[in-house]
This record gives sequence, C-alpha cells and structure tokens, in this order.
Amino acid sequence: MHSPMRTPLGRVRGLGSARSGTHHFFLQRLTALGNLILTVAFLIIVMSVLGESYSTVHTTLANPVVAVIMLLALLSVTVHMRLGMQVVIEDYIHTEGMKVALVIGNTFFTTVIGLAGAFAVLKISLGG
Amino acid sequence: MVELTLPKNSQITKGKTWPKPQGAKKVTEFKVYRWNPDDGKNPSIDTYYVDRENCGPMVLDGLIYIKNHIDPTLTFRRSCREGVCGSCAMNIGGTNTLACTKGMDEVLVKEVVNIYPLPHMEVVKDLVPDLTRFYAQHASIEPWLQTDTAAPEKEWRQSKEDRERLDGLYECILCACCSTSCPSYWWNGDRYLGPAALLQANRWLKDSRDERTGARLDNLEDPFRLYRCHTIMNCAQACPKSLNPAKAIAEIKKMMVERQI
Repeated sequence: MHSPMRTPLGRVRGLGSARSGTHHFFLQRLTALGNLILTVAFLIIVMSVLGESYSTVHTTLANPVVAVIMLLALLSVTVHMRLGMQVVIEDYIHTEGMKVALVIGNTFFTTVIGLAGAFAVLKISLGG
Repeated sequence: MVELTLPKNSQITKGKTWPKPQGAKKVTEFKVYRWNPDDGKNPSIDTYYVDRENCGPMVLDGLIYIKNHIDPTLTFRRSCREGVCGSCAMNIGGTNTLACTKGMDEVLVKEVVNIYPLPHMEVVKDLVPDLTRFYAQHASIEPWLQTDTAAPEKEWRQSKEDRERLDGLYECILCACCSTSCPSYWWNGDRYLGPAALLQANRWLKDSRDERTGARLDNLEDPFRLYRCHTIMNCAQACPKSLNPAKAIAEIKKMMVERQI
C-alpha cells in the first residue's frame, strides 16, 4: 500500500476500520481494577506469612479462599500484562514482521507465565 | 522502530547570524529553523535581531519584521493574524502554538525566541510543514451533516441544549498544533487519526441532527484510528483555542463502550 500515486485520502482510509479495539480497551481497564483489588489481597497474604515456616506457608496457600485469590490475581495480572505489552509493541515497532512476531511471543509468554503460576497454586492446594 | 536520532540529512547545523538592525535600542533575539529543499544542505538555525520599537508585540509580528527588513527568503504561512485561520501554527519556545496570538515576551527562553516548524511533519520549506495527510485525516471522518430522512423544507431543527453540546468542539481551526504535539501521532500518524480529526469526529457524533452516528462510530472503531490515544494530554496543553481534544476522544471511547454494554 505504498504506491506513490495513491491519493492522500486513499492512504488514510487504508484497509478501513478494523471494527475492533473496544474490547481490548475495556478489558485493560477492567483488569486494572481487578489488579488493584487483587494486589492488595495478595500483599495481605504475603505479609501474613512473612518469616513463617515452609509448612505454614504451604498450609496458607492450600486454603481454598487464598488459592482462589491467587488464581484470580494470576489471571488478572497476566491478561493485563498481555494487553498492555501489545499496545507498547504496536506503538513502537513499525516493521510488520517483527511486530507480528512480538505480539505472538507476548501472548505465548504471558500464557506460559499464567498457566505455570496457576499450576503451582493448584498443586499446592490440591496435590498436598 | 521509533527513531530516536535524526537521519543524517535532517541534523541541524549552525546557521547564519544576521546583523542587528542599526540604531535599534531594544532588540529581541530570534533563533529560527531554516531549510531550503533546493540547496541540498542540512537544516540550520539562523539568528535574527528584531527591533522591538518598530515591531508589534506578537511572535508573528517579529517574523514579519524579519521577512520585511532582514531576510525576505524566510518562509512561513500566515493570514488572519488574530487566531482564526490557523495558518501560523509552529513550535515556539518548545510548544506548538499560533505565532499571531503568542506574545514574544511570553515565550522567551534565556532571552531568545526559538522557532521551529510543527514537530514530526515533513517540511516543505523553513517553517512550512506538509499538512496533506492531516487534511486527508479530517476528510476521512466525513465532517458534514449526514441524514437519510428527506431534507425538511426549511432547516434541520435543533434545540438550544443540543446546540450547546457542540460548544468546545466546533471552534477548532485545524491549525494542527494538537496532532503534531502528540507522541502517538508522531509514531503512528499514518494510522492514528490524531486529536484534531478525532475532536471533529466527536463534533459530528454529538450533533443531534446527524443520523449516521453508528456508521461514524464503526468507522472509528479501530486499534489505531482511535485507540492509539493514550491520554498523554499534550493536545489539550497545546491547543491555542483552549479546546480539549483528549476529553473529546475519551467521550468517543465512552460511546464505543456504551453501545456494547
């Protein structure tokens, strides 16, 4: 689409509107609110076990309420992280191939981080 | 990638210092960006001295003084000299504004008036930026009343309250100070419409007489066209008409969410 004889309006219209972006925008704010609440809960949990023994920490994390808070925090934080990082990539990377590769890499990375964390919480909580 | 350094042919060199006007008692120093597409040289900063006793108080008065008395090759756009036409938008003392409504004494940095063209636009010559794409972006939001109902015999009617909803939107003079102050527009100006076009988009979205609100929103709903706005707010800071494009964009985003939830 870099043909030099294209009219300025044709260039601005480009491939047209993607008819999306609102979901991304809304979810980023929703998870920001989620992060605010869940990070406070997470900090309270961490502070309550500061200096405690391994078995006490293990028991605390195995508590269903604590485990669910941890899982929610992981979900909210990693989704927020993916959405935010994608915007940064789109803002600053202008080589099309590199941009697509990084957006894919970003999705893989946050998914792996989130699932690995969730697996750890579930193992402690359910696996004993 | 974002370019943090200027390409070799855009790097600014030291320019000419023009002699002080003879017999002038009070002078103000102007440092002005110069670039001529025809001489093959890099841009430079020329230094001029404006005789304040033979010149009006505004930055534009100073530029006109330079053009008339010192250097007729200095090139800039100007027309109304009262903040209505938007022609003389440029970067003065580090901020995009209109040369005609900014007093020289308001913009002094170490006793110097520094003048550059609007940032991150291609330069035609000296202080004249190429605004072709900027105008095309305005055209792309279709800034005219669109209706499907047959036109009434007299006028499309609008209540006083509905008319008031256009205040703060219709006053835009398309000077491009806001769009060219926006980092998001610098990095993604080919896809992001920018604050000026979006403020006008909101002006037509808010018009109670318009019947194409949904189609207008469809046209804007795009990760780049609309959602590149990251509420940096340089636009509101720069606007010489004291409008708030950032707020207008936030209102468009609100409409987008509203029609989904």
